[in-house]
Amino acid sequence: MSVAQSLIDIIKSEMDKNAVTTLQAVKVKAGRINAIVPEALDMAFQSLTKGTAMEGARLELETVPLELECGVCGARFTSATEDTLFLHAECPECGQEFGHKVVTGRELYIEYIEAD
Amino acid sequence: MQIQVVRKILEHNEETAKRLRDTFSRHRTLVLNLMSSPGAGKTTLLESTLGTLQRSFNTAVIEGDISTTRDAERIAATGAQTLQINTDGACHLDSSMVLQALEHLDLSELDILFIENVGNLVCPAEFELGEDATITLLSVPEGDDKPEKYPGMFAKSHALILNKTDLLPFLTFDVERAKTAAMTVNKDLEFFAVSAAQGDGLQDWTRWIAEKVRGKQATG
Repeated sequence: MSVAQSLIDIIKSEMDKNAVTTLQAVKVKAGRINAIVPEALDMAFQSLTKGTAMEGARLELETVPLELECGVCGARFTSATEDTLFLHAECPECGQEFGHKVVTGRELYIEYIEAD
Repeated sequence: MQIQVVRKILEHNEETAKRLRDTFSRHRTLVLNLMSSPGAGKTTLLESTLGTLQRSFNTAVIEGDISTTRDAERIAATGAQTLQINTDGACHLDSSMVLQALEHLDLSELDILFIENVGNLVCPAEFELGEDATITLLSVPEGDDKPEKYPGMFAKSHALILNKTDLLPFLTFDVERAKTAAMTVNKDLEFFAVSAAQGDGLQDWTRWIAEKVRGKQATG
């Protein structure tokens, strides 16, 4: 809910800055290991914008894949294990399973808005 | 028309957290953000360590709860200065709540400030509060699979405290499994095994804090 509220505050400031009044869509990029549940964010966004200039706008959420940097050999690779997230992600270069650094997958930002 | 924005959604929280961090640094106050599921024993851990810590350090506690002042009353009974933040439904503390609470604290007198976050293993991890270290408590009855199920929390922590170890003989909890899983997402994690209620293992934990305080006071 507070993520949705921050999102709306930023959209509002951008709309004011660009002198536009109706919002059609907002594009959000969220890393895979962020605590963001797309359905929950969408619901919070829709209910918080009811009766405002943002009502009915599309919330497009793109998930940024999890990219890791091996803690031993430095190789970069994408981990796709869905169930346990990045636990026991095996480095394709050296086989190391632990201690990888997160390169992408933690971000949470607004990429653009579509408004008139 | 399309307007490029590229702004972090939690930028406001991050900016305020930075302000907090600067303030804490200026006063050389060590700030520890305590997080866990509800009922893991954050308040009990504080109750059983504040006495020892206060012999050497001036300590205060910010208590974050959705409602009630029950925890704050327990902490105040130890003699530590206590401030209650009621989040009115929010499942985590954010940095502006902490900033407001600071109006009632004299940081120049403080060596350690504990922030006891709202009990929740998900959301608090996303909201920095300007702290020096994030401490996650995991209690034995919760199960050894929690680091695997909530990696975000453990990845962001500096220390993991396994609490209620006095219950280990009665439950199937594999300490190594929990520890390995947590260290997998975070190889620099400090690990402590304690029973806050029984007073076991607390010495390592208070010693770690004392070292952190000295480190903080040696800066600047």
